[in-house]
Parts: sequence; structure tokens; C-alpha cells
Amino acid sequence: MKKPVISFSDFSFKYHSQAEPTLKNINITIYEGEKVLIVGPSGSGKSTLAKCINGLIPQIFEGELQGTVTIGEQDIRNSSLFERSFDVGTVLQDTDGQFIGLTVAEDIAFALENDGVAQPQMQASVHTWASKLELETLLTQRPQELSGGQKQRVSIAGVLIDTPPILLFDEPLANLDPKTSCEMMEIIEKIHQTMATTIVMIEHRLEDVLCEAVDRIIVIGEGEIVADTTPDQLLSSNILKEQGIREPLYVTALKYAGVNLCDVQHLADLTKVKDEMLMKKLSAWNPQKDLSKTILQRAELLQLEEVSFGYNRKNAKILNQLSLKINRGEMVSLVGNNGAGKSTLCKLVCGFLQPQQGRILWEGAEFACNSIKERADKIGYVMQNPNQMISKKMIFEEVALGLTLRSVAPAEIEDRVLNILQICGLYPYRNWPISALSYGQKKRVTIASILVLEPDLLILDEPTAGQDFKHYTEMMLFLEKLNRLGLSILIVTHDMHLMLEYTTRALVMSEGKLLADTTPVAVLTNPQLVKAGSLKETSLFTLANNLQLPDPVSFVEKFVSYDREVRFK
Amino acid sequence: MTERQMLGYFPGETVIHRLNGTAKLVFLLVVSIACMTTYDTRFLLVMSVVSVVLLKIAQVKWHQISFVVRFIIVFSLLNIVTVYLFAPEYGVALYHSRTVIWEGIGRFTITQEELFYEFNLILKYFCTIPLALLFLLTTNPSEFASSLNRIGVSYRISYAVALAIRYIPDIQEDFHTISLAQQARGYEMSRKGRLMQRIKGVAQIVLPLIFSSLDRIETISTAMELRRFGEKKTRTWYAQQPFQKKDSVVIGSAFCLLAISFGLFYLNGGRFYNPFQ
Repeated sequence: MKKPVISFSDFSFKYHSQAEPTLKNINITIYEGEKVLIVGPSGSGKSTLAKCINGLIPQIFEGELQGTVTIGEQDIRNSSLFERSFDVGTVLQDTDGQFIGLTVAEDIAFALENDGVAQPQMQASVHTWASKLELETLLTQRPQELSGGQKQRVSIAGVLIDTPPILLFDEPLANLDPKTSCEMMEIIEKIHQTMATTIVMIEHRLEDVLCEAVDRIIVIGEGEIVADTTPDQLLSSNILKEQGIREPLYVTALKYAGVNLCDVQHLADLTKVKDEMLMKKLSAWNPQKDLSKTILQRAELLQLEEVSFGYNRKNAKILNQLSLKINRGEMVSLVGNNGAGKSTLCKLVCGFLQPQQGRILWEGAEFACNSIKERADKIGYVMQNPNQMISKKMIFEEVALGLTLRSVAPAEIEDRVLNILQICGLYPYRNWPISALSYGQKKRVTIASILVLEPDLLILDEPTAGQDFKHYTEMMLFLEKLNRLGLSILIVTHDMHLMLEYTTRALVMSEGKLLADTTPVAVLTNPQLVKAGSLKETSLFTLANNLQLPDPVSFVEKFVSYDREVRFK
Repeated sequence: MTERQMLGYFPGETVIHRLNGTAKLVFLLVVSIACMTTYDTRFLLVMSVVSVVLLKIAQVKWHQISFVVRFIIVFSLLNIVTVYLFAPEYGVALYHSRTVIWEGIGRFTITQEELFYEFNLILKYFCTIPLALLFLLTTNPSEFASSLNRIGVSYRISYAVALAIRYIPDIQEDFHTISLAQQARGYEMSRKGRLMQRIKGVAQIVLPLIFSSLDRIETISTAMELRRFGEKKTRTWYAQQPFQKKDSVVIGSAFCLLAISFGLFYLNGGRFYNPFQ
């Protein structure tokens, strides 16, 4: 029998600022050396649970506690944040925000500095941990300048330097490209195995987490434990769907094909999902393919011709002779690793930056002489962080701002704003202050405030980042509706599901160049492209290959079109 | 991005970069006191030249400081004009002499003494501002924090100051992004817009800037607490540099300058060097 290291018994917690308890009757025991995943939709209380484990509750965030939580051997009420930090090391969600030190080395050493460790010893430990996490060559760099995966390794090193027995990861995959996510899970698994650390992860990207084995998954919904079981059992149940958590695509595919999931062994480990029976079922699955979609000849809207850009002459070019086209009425996704130049591309199109070479054309006419404001009448750009866009206190004012500045008559402003608020599902909140909204709602406000200007092309940077499956689906269906109304949409994303399910064309970028311009299915079933773009092969394709289906690519195509039909019903 | 970055630390390999942060801080403080107390024009002239030469030695480029310098010029001009408006003949009272250049309108006369006094004020800016910029641009913020701590400031305050300096470039970056977003909404802030509209546009950036900065502060303070910042009375510094001979020389020369400045009080019989007598 293993020793329990974290145990919640009949635990409830209510923040002072809230009327209802956020956590209700929680009973969990996590044993030494286990690797546990906690999933749940936004607002389910999973972050609050993490705060109870790392000591932020009740030390920083106060509230009413009932029942007990024991970490190691101590009750959380009796131990300070200081004592707890030796038991639990936390890697926070926002990698950029959590860097404290100016350089990688200082950031790794931060905890030791606070303990008053002498400089020579500190240097020795930093070097040891840097070499374990392959960071030696980066020690003098600014953490902010590293790639997403390197950043995560720095924050892990900074926590591991204390060698805590428990490691807590709060959404470690947020904002990571698919390939880096996989590497991240490998690192966590390596730590788990070599150091026998107990690992608790909070993440809603279930499919990405499951690329390495997990002992147990705890599902939280509305502050209560809904399930506490093995990944295999969880995937074969309906709990995920009920809780609004996305199940891995291959599981959906198996369901569509009428496979009884309880019969599948090792369902959570995709590499082991293969047997005769499945192969037969999946090959037999042949839904009516929707062939009614005729390919329309579409007019060109935006065109880039051999555009190059670099922040200064010495550095490498961020965009290198890039050419692409976006046609009227399309919904296109732009994918690629962090730092491939996707955001730079958007900024060039909007006029935030000027290309060094090449031309940008709008409906065939040169775009260079138009100011940012003039371009904004045609192209709406929704930035990733809504806080960088919102400048008014009330929702109505915020959405009306662009029109007010364009001296539109007040009566017309009112009409147009209310209409957009209806479309965006914000009408009931029209008189609310923006500060009362959730992150996802704020994001909608920013989209509404751009849409009200009636642009021809909408560019969205990671529209679904940080949103759970329910809000994600709402957001995407909303965008799809806009697209059907004739709006052209370009989505910058790391989410392979989004690209596959909602967009008709995918642009893959890497190192400032366009690698591919084709259908999402073609991208995700092409191993070379997947590798070069730091993407991840879709699990559907992996499944089809494992089962040695005769035509894996067409299997993926069938799935995507069938899935669309099911969704639109 | 480095093209736009201003006032943050720029790593370099010059003598000034390699000096100990504490030495540079002491130099900055002591020399500023020396320049701020005296009105000896000769001393101020020499110090202005020294400051600019030091900037040159540290290989500071104009584009790194141009924005801040323009900003400071506007404010110092404002200051000088206000000084004149409130007391157009203050210089006359100070130097006990009145050499009129133009009688002007009403009390607003122009005298050599007033002009000389204001010239001294400008020189003070020339002495101290380049030194402050030099310090900010050549001192690693972490080392700066450790220096503050070493001269007796509590490490919590030292770290807060260092973080603030470190975030200047990030906040500038935010400012820039938000400004672009606002322009896309319709504030014409490019040269095509009218001045009033541009000013209004800038005002609109403040709210989102505060929100995004508050976000930053919350995350960083949580991250710091989770790693035991502030638990003990003292802490050590990974980035602390050992004290070398050249650092003692720097501190020594700062005190020499202070001594000269005070010596001049005695020589001039007061804080002012008076060429009118």
C-alpha cells in the first residue's frame, strides 16, 4: 500500500467574495509517485483545487473551509505558504508571466536566492539542473526570448531545484504548439519516472495529455468530483461528453463506427488500439459523403506577393518572400510553430508593420498607402489578448467606439451595435460593465467591436485559447455562422481540431515561409508537413494507420465531413 | 523589437558595463548631489561634458535614448519657461546686478542675469540626466537590485525597483500594441490625424495598459510567493558582482567631485558662481 501524499476529505471551499462554494464535498486521495490528471470545464473549480494544493488557499486567497486537506502530513490550515513550497512545486499556466529572473540562470536560482544560499552553491545547482533539462547553452538569455518549449523547461527547472516531492502543473499546454505540447508531456513523464515525483496536472487538452500515460483522471464539474477513474474507463464512458470536455478524436471516430468502447482494451493509449474487430468495423464504416458542396470560383480578396520582413537588418528575416492569397467568403486557418511569423504576417496585413520587400494587394489594388485606420475599415483584426483591446467601461460604449469615431449618426450606431450584440449573444449584457465579464465573454466583446465596422475580412489570433470545449464550440459555431453570412475569416491557431473541423483551407508556415496551402486533411495526413510545421498528426490518421485501413487519408476525410453533418443537425 | 526598445538594460562589453552596479549607483547618487547643490557654471560645464563622454564610452546609441531625451527636453523647457514667468528678474536678485537686454512688456524683462541663471538650470539637466540614462542602460536590473540591497535598502524594495525597470520594455511593447489596436478602431494617430485626435487616442491607451499591467503584476507576485520570496530577512543574489579595484576608483572619484563641488561653495562665497561682479 502506497503512502497518500495529498488527501481531501469532505472538503468544501467558498471564496469570501462569492455566494456559493466553489468546491463541494471533495474526497480525493493521491498516492506517492502517482501521475494524476484533473480535467473539468472553465469555472468547474479545478484551479481552486490547485490553489488548495499549492497553498495559495487559504494563505493568499481567503475563504471558508470545511473538511480537511492534508498535504504530506500537514493540514493546509496549519502550514504557511513557505513550508508548503518545499512539498509542492508549481508550474503556472502563463509561462511568460511567471518568469521573475532577468536571465534563465537567475530564474532557475530564484528559490535558492530567497533561501539565502551562497553564490557558489547556487551556481553549482543551477548548472546541474540546467544540464538535466538541456538548458546549459541558454543560461544567459532572457527567458522571454526562448521558444515555448524552452520556456516551459526553464520554469520546470526553477521548481525542480527544490526537489519537491509533488509537482503541480496548471495548464502546462496552454499556448504551446502541438509538437511542443508533446515534448512537454515527454519531459513530465521523464521527471515522473526518474525522480519518482508525484505529479498532478490540470489541463483540458485531454488528447494532448494522453500522448504519455497517466495513472488516473479526476473529472470535476461544478465544484464536485464527477469521476475519479482510469483513463481507459473514462474514455469508454459518457462522462466527458456530459461535462463538456472534448474527447480524443479517435474515440469519437470509434463511436461513429459503432464500436462498443467497453470492448476496446487500452483505449487511452492510441498505439495499442488495434485489433481485427476494430479494423473490420472501421473499414465497414462508410457514411454518406456529402458531395453536394461544389467548389465555387471565388474572387481574390487579399494577396501577398513575395513579402519579406525583419525587425532589423542584422537579424534573420521573420518573413521571407512569402506569397499567399485569401479569397472572398473563405474560412482559412494559419498554422505553424511559435515564432514561425504568423503574428508578424497579421501585423503586416493590418499596417502595424511595413514590409521591407514585396507587395500587399487588396482586391488587386496596392495597399501600402493606406493607414492603419483605413485598412481597419476592410480588415478586422482581433488580437489574442482582449485586455489589450478594450478601452471603455461599458459594453455598449466599447462596441460603439469604432462607429462613434467614424462620426456615424447616433441612431444608426444604436441600431448597428444592438444588432451585432444580438449576433454575438451579448444582447442581454448590453448595459453591463466590461469588468463583470469572463475572459471568453470579453473576447466576444472584442470580436463584436470589430464586426460592427463591417469588415470584409476578419483575422482572429487564437480565438479559442484558454476556453473550454463548451465555449470553444459556441465561439466556433458563431464564427461559422458569420462565415455563412459572407464574411471571410482567417484564423491563426495551434489547435489542430479547429483547423480540421472548421476551416476549408490551411496555410502552414515555418521560419517565415509558406510550406503548404492545401486542405486541413491533406496537411494533417502528411508526415513531412506535420514535422516541418511543428504540428501533430491527427489521431484519426494514426488510428487508421495502426489498424492498417486501406486508405487512411480518405478515412480522415470521411470522418471530417460526417462530423460536420452531425454538428449542423 | 529591439529597435523600439527604450530605457531598458542593453547588454554590452564596455568598461562601464563591467563596473559593479553598486559603484555605478553610488557614483550616480553622489555626483547628482554635487551637481544639484552647486550653481557653479564652470563645474557644471565640465560635468556636462564628462556625462556625454561617458555615454559615448558606453556606446549608447542615439536611437536608444532619443524618445526619453525628447520627452525630458519638453519638460525642462516647460520648467524653464515657468521659472521665467513666475520670476522674470530672479537672476537679478541672485547676482546683485542688472544688465538689461530688452525692457520687454510690463514685468517681463529680459536681463543677462536671468538668462545666465536659466542657463545654469539647463546645465544641471545636462549633467544629471545623461548619468541616470547611462546607469539604466548599462546596469543589469538584477545587479541593480543587489546593489541597492548592498547600500542598505530592504531587499523587497530593491527587487520591486528592479522589476519595475525590467518591465519598462515590456510595458512599452504593450503600449505600442495597444496603440496600434486603438488605431485600428479608428483613432487616427498617424501623421494624417489632427493633433487633438492624436492626443485623445493616446489617452484611450491608458485604461487597457493599466489592465494588462495589473494582470502582469498579479501573475508575477503569485509566482514569487510560490517560490518563497519575502519569507526571510535576507536573501542572496545570483547576479551579484564582486567588488573590484576599478569600482573603488569610481566611488573615490565620485566623492572627489562632491568635495570639489563643496569646495567651490567656499571659493564663490555661496552656491552661485557670479561673473557679474
